[in-house]
Amino acid sequence: MSKVTPGSVIDRALRETASEPERKPKMSAMARRRSLTGWAFIAPAAVLIFAMNFWPMIQAFILSFKTGRGNKLTLAEPLWYNYERLLHDDIFKQTLLTTLLYLIVQVPIMLGLAMVLANMLNSPSLRFRGMWRTAIFLPVATSLVSYAIVFRTMFGTDGFINDLLTKLHIIDDPVNWLGQTNTARGVIVLGLLWRWTGFNMILYLAALQNIAPGTHEAAKLDGAGPIRTFWSVTMPQMRPIILLTVIISTNGTIQLFDESYNLTAGGPAYTSMTMSHYLYEVSFHRNPNFGYGAAMSYVILLLVAIFAAIQVRLGDKRD
Amino acid sequence: MTNTLRQTGRYGFLAVAAVLSVFPLYFMAVSATNDSQDVLASQLTPGGKLIENIQNLFAAQDVVGAFWHSTVNAVVTTVLALAVSSIAGYAFEVYHSRAKDRLMWVLLLAIMIPFAATMIPLFQVFAQLGLVNSTIAVVLPVIATPFLVLLFRQTARSFPHEIIEAARMDGVSELGIFFKMFIPTMRSAYVAATVITFLAAWNNFLWPKVILLNNDYQTMPMLISNLLSGYVTDYGALMLAVLITSVPTIILFLALQRSFVAGFTGAVK
Repeated sequence: MSKVTPGSVIDRALRETASEPERKPKMSAMARRRSLTGWAFIAPAAVLIFAMNFWPMIQAFILSFKTGRGNKLTLAEPLWYNYERLLHDDIFKQTLLTTLLYLIVQVPIMLGLAMVLANMLNSPSLRFRGMWRTAIFLPVATSLVSYAIVFRTMFGTDGFINDLLTKLHIIDDPVNWLGQTNTARGVIVLGLLWRWTGFNMILYLAALQNIAPGTHEAAKLDGAGPIRTFWSVTMPQMRPIILLTVIISTNGTIQLFDESYNLTAGGPAYTSMTMSHYLYEVSFHRNPNFGYGAAMSYVILLLVAIFAAIQVRLGDKRD
Repeated sequence: MTNTLRQTGRYGFLAVAAVLSVFPLYFMAVSATNDSQDVLASQLTPGGKLIENIQNLFAAQDVVGAFWHSTVNAVVTTVLALAVSSIAGYAFEVYHSRAKDRLMWVLLLAIMIPFAATMIPLFQVFAQLGLVNSTIAVVLPVIATPFLVLLFRQTARSFPHEIIEAARMDGVSELGIFFKMFIPTMRSAYVAATVITFLAAWNNFLWPKVILLNNDYQTMPMLISNLLSGYVTDYGALMLAVLITSVPTIILFLALQRSFVAGFTGAVK
């Protein structure tokens, strides 16, 4: 079925009336008017996206070559001073590694889990489907700051998790979850899994429900088991949505702020702090240094761009 | 035999996932009715300290004010975001041309711009314009998102163009077609967009924290974050504040979840 678009309608109208020269200008005037209407509808969103995203992004680039406190900024000497400073900033390097660690550990586990759950929920024989879906999606409706504070309370030294593990005789003494580097990072990863798995599950579920129903029947007739069917029939059709979720979660993790700020406060000794959190500290805390913050923000921007490019590349290649 | 085993495994897995998902929320709700000591003693049954927690919390913080600021910010953002983004997404599909497709492609690049990279210049501009602590400054950067524009462009693909042609024959204006035909037909897409935008706006923390310097204008997420910085934390009051912050978005999601899922399914197609 060929798609009817306004463009093709106008095209045909123009061709059909070509034999009547006096009507042609009238049609093209109308087409022009419609095209202008389209631009008018697009304009507010386009202007806002340019003014609130592209313009400040360019400003931040210029800013990253300036130095000084508050609004008294001058060009740095040498120009790349802020970037050079980043290379010697141990805290920054620490936050960069920690952020990448969150990304590498959390995103694959979360997406795998979301895929398993979505497939379970998509099974026609499953009972109470709405109840499972609602329960697992509920964390997504919770604010980031709220859940971070609940997790912080539960994982406190005298909190619920220690009480539970002590009662179950898994540990003898309370663990200082948020006071040690690895456990603090682990709690952040757990928190992210709790908050975001349901979101990805819903996206996968939506995509699964759009898979042509006949393809599964055909695979079954050909003697393919459920696991074989999943890998050869379901997965190829899910590729676009998987790519989308990989990009969204990578993007989100590189920009992580709320959990680092509210769950662990970046501690102990900056070891669970993310890049965005450190950027906030440098830019808006005590002695604001906008130039240095802007340089840091460009590292984040570059990381997002590199990861997106790699992922789009890989996502296309497997076709 | 293997079949019942598989069934048990499936329901067992889902049950564990569901309990783990809901438990922190249950913990939050129950703790809001217990005092600080009971929260730390991991009391998991509702207590009788709700009124006391309300009194302590409302005495310590301007909860009504913060709730009002959060509501205004989220409602204004949602209404404007849906209006601006949906008409743009609709136009990208219905009036599409090569130039508009190219513009769409450029706008989509903005999805990749991390907020961190725009935050400092945005703060400087709003500060120069004297808009620090204003609703405009909170809302303006988050109104038009390429994601919403894309969502509505995808949605507009399933809007039958015969309807548009027929309406034009009847002399309905282009704006009239959008308002009287597209919006009512695409209600589930609007519901999905409302849920996403309201949730994001209500929960937004970093930007309001940057631009709302005066705590008189703080939002609920800022309020609960500030509660942590006191010397002694009243966990009962803290959990009550967290509960108050979470209830609006949870209710919104529960009320609209069916259309929300339908709207997403339509767009992912």
